[in-house]
Amino acid sequence: MRYIANTGADRRAMLAAIGLSSLEELFHDIPQEVKDRFQPLELTVRSEMEVAQVLKELVTLNSCQQSSISFLGGGVYDHYIPSVVSHITSRSEFYTAYTPYQPELSQGTLTTMFEFQTLVCELTGMEVANASIYDGASALAEGVLMAKRIVGNGRVAAAQSLFPHYRRVLDTYCWAAGIKVIEIPYTNAGTCDLTALPQDLSSLVIQTPNAFGVIEELKGVKERLKDALLIVVTNPISLGILAPPGQFRADIVIGEGQPLGIPASFGGPFLGLFATRERYLRQMPGRLTAQTVDAEGKIGYTMAIQTREQHIRRERATSNICTNSQLCALAATVYLASLGADGLHELATLNLEKAHYLAQRITALPGYRLAFEAPFFNEFAVRVPTDPQAIRARLKEERILLDDPRFLSALGAPNTLRFAVTEKRTKDELDRLVELLEAM
Amino acid sequence: MNTIFDHKLAKGVGGLLPALDVPEQGIEKLIPSSLRRTHAPRIPNLSEPELVRHYTHLSKVNYGIDDGFYPLGSCTMKYNPKINEDLARLPGFANAHPLADEDLVQGSLKLLYEASRYLCRIAGLVEVTLQPAAGAHGELCGMFLVKRYFEKRGEEKRKRILLPDSAHGTNPSSATIAGFSVTEIPSGKDGMINLATLEEALDDTVAAIMLTVPNTLGIFEERILEVTNMVHAAGSLCYFDGANLNAFLGRARPGDMGADIFHFNLHKTLSAPHGGGGPGSGPIAVAQSLVDFLPVPRIVKDENRYRFDWNSPHSIGCIHSFYGNFGVILKAYAYLLLLGDTGLREVSENAVLNANYLQESLKQTYPLPYERLCKHEFVLSGKGLGEGISALDIAKRLIDYGFHPPTIYFPLIVPEALMIEPTECEGKETLDRFIEAMERIAAEAKENPRLLHEAPQYTPVRRLDQTRAARQPILTYPFDER
Repeated sequence: MRYIANTGADRRAMLAAIGLSSLEELFHDIPQEVKDRFQPLELTVRSEMEVAQVLKELVTLNSCQQSSISFLGGGVYDHYIPSVVSHITSRSEFYTAYTPYQPELSQGTLTTMFEFQTLVCELTGMEVANASIYDGASALAEGVLMAKRIVGNGRVAAAQSLFPHYRRVLDTYCWAAGIKVIEIPYTNAGTCDLTALPQDLSSLVIQTPNAFGVIEELKGVKERLKDALLIVVTNPISLGILAPPGQFRADIVIGEGQPLGIPASFGGPFLGLFATRERYLRQMPGRLTAQTVDAEGKIGYTMAIQTREQHIRRERATSNICTNSQLCALAATVYLASLGADGLHELATLNLEKAHYLAQRITALPGYRLAFEAPFFNEFAVRVPTDPQAIRARLKEERILLDDPRFLSALGAPNTLRFAVTEKRTKDELDRLVELLEAM
Repeated sequence: MNTIFDHKLAKGVGGLLPALDVPEQGIEKLIPSSLRRTHAPRIPNLSEPELVRHYTHLSKVNYGIDDGFYPLGSCTMKYNPKINEDLARLPGFANAHPLADEDLVQGSLKLLYEASRYLCRIAGLVEVTLQPAAGAHGELCGMFLVKRYFEKRGEEKRKRILLPDSAHGTNPSSATIAGFSVTEIPSGKDGMINLATLEEALDDTVAAIMLTVPNTLGIFEERILEVTNMVHAAGSLCYFDGANLNAFLGRARPGDMGADIFHFNLHKTLSAPHGGGGPGSGPIAVAQSLVDFLPVPRIVKDENRYRFDWNSPHSIGCIHSFYGNFGVILKAYAYLLLLGDTGLREVSENAVLNANYLQESLKQTYPLPYERLCKHEFVLSGKGLGEGISALDIAKRLIDYGFHPPTIYFPLIVPEALMIEPTECEGKETLDRFIEAMERIAAEAKENPRLLHEAPQYTPVRRLDQTRAARQPILTYPFDER
């Protein structure tokens, strides 16, 4: 087999050194009964060329890629990824390394982790960030568990306007942890309605921009919470122009890092962003890298405060997580560094302007209006005059893709379509969409 | 080490983004000032050549499996076939949106469906979820299933999880996060579970046992069938941690050993790269009794069409944003196709042969606390090698010899543990060089221990001050001190 270096002669020499006469003897400790029940996969060995062919045939079944124009969003966005990102993440010194347990051999991974933590803090306006968690939804679940550890109360209030996939994962973790999830409705403007906020909470979860694309007003929210922590879920690209949640005294900021140079990849691997206040550091889940010095006083990086982590604390750990999404964190770091602060601002502005151009053109059509009046970023919800599924199906015939309106009607917004507009959508594409709507 | 923040915070170099092609309205008009950012984030603006050189430099101070031998016990650092990287980047897979209509992503769905069928067969179990994003995530998902199983049976008093002291490090916290308490069972003198100890620990408050097979000493539980029968007889479930699947790939199946739940580490056993600490993928396979509780959506096949099935009233719900780490699962799938049944058998054959050859060769020089045939890994002790010599010193000196060190200080039941897993990919030549280095280090420990204490000498940084990193942690770039 091409991934094995031993030759037959090597194997014979090694067996002799061990004092065995056959390879089968290496497995004499597995009960015969178990071995007898074994069934193979019925897969033959294939050459690399043949395997590539199988996968290339499979990928042709994904018709979504063929010249389609995507307005799909809902937490996963079609941004341009500069070539430099995959060239760096393809360096095998990065992608074939393990967790940096030996810092002297892992300064590349550790330094980029440190850069990543810094970038997440800069974006969110928070004091500390971990080196990432699996994805946005699991990061939120971990944040809610962390708030329970800090505050001690088993109730969390979650805005109804969360993306459904965040809510579903949150519900699973909360069921297991015995945390009650209380849903907070939204106003006519599409923002979280805090007028009847329940008491005795460990945290309040608000997403901005939310599932309707609406930007939440975070000012004054923390002040209404008493002991409960404010957890804000956000889109990192929006933070190129929106005020960071840290400015509004958020205690934990969560995000899905996918928009930062990570392909949609049918939903994973993604990148959970997790930032908090320094005072909660020891309760934070996930891996952390710190700057320190070596024996000669030279600056270097190492994993730190592992006393929170499972391999040291075992059953008393803050979380069972023992990886981060490091390669995705590296992609996000390179992506942000290739943009710079100005580039990120410019990118966010392109998204904002194009989305508003499209929204204005659509709502100029008879019967179409914004479902919610509050400001939005690069995604917006439109109340439509006819069956949204019929509109969507018609657009699909023209290879224009929209999110399924079921997601919004399940959130109490019927007859509504959502459009996500990134820098990749051209004016021609936006105009084409409007023309098609007009012709219906 | 320089960071990007040590570079100038220059004005934008631009050129990356297209010009705005719709009439400009201005942020001021579109977003009220109260919602706008007032200070730009401090993200440096590097030219592309500067950026590439920075990260190329950082890559050169990193060590991956492509750089050399990486015998990190319990981590299965095997070679990651290059073709898999190319296949994961096929635009039709990489750009598929998770919320696209099913008819537009039949290729992705078919791949997930077929991957789950293969994993079922490897596990010898009936159904699989691909959602867990890592091994520990799979453990957590497994514990959620156990919880739901007993909830539905009205046996909520089953709140304990039994854990052999030779089980994996993440197991105790996975059980705790799922709301269980942990009872540790000490290993017998032979490094295996003592049946009498197990019998004593089992009662009607035990929900499950979490077994690592082979265990973290690299020893196959020879009485595995007795163990799982006893657990089942007590009304409890058997969770198998699959991190060590490389030991019996292609020749035995956890389902045939009595596993009710088994997790895979696709980034270990099935060759997906570790990425410097993730992303991984930790699917779990289950027996019939747990199928109803698996996460939703499940991927089903109707004749020739694949679709999501959300209709599963007893499901624990979702544990991932979407369907798991598709990009990682794809690499595991391609690996299975490349190897076929013969290849999988050769994996365990060579992995176990390599480990036993190393064990046999090194036990003359290093204490081997549990001496018997090992599987894919084994654990030596660095204790007694010389005055004040620790496992850490040995590990660091190995770096000077050009090797990545083994896992150290784990499992906890071996003092100064050195946990060595060569995988199937290494040849005898590499193993012999490693043996020679280990022997020389053992000699140095007696003759010139300073060489060990002061190692590593030739790395970009020397030993780092961990205490300082823990006491006054600097976790973000200190802009103010610049």
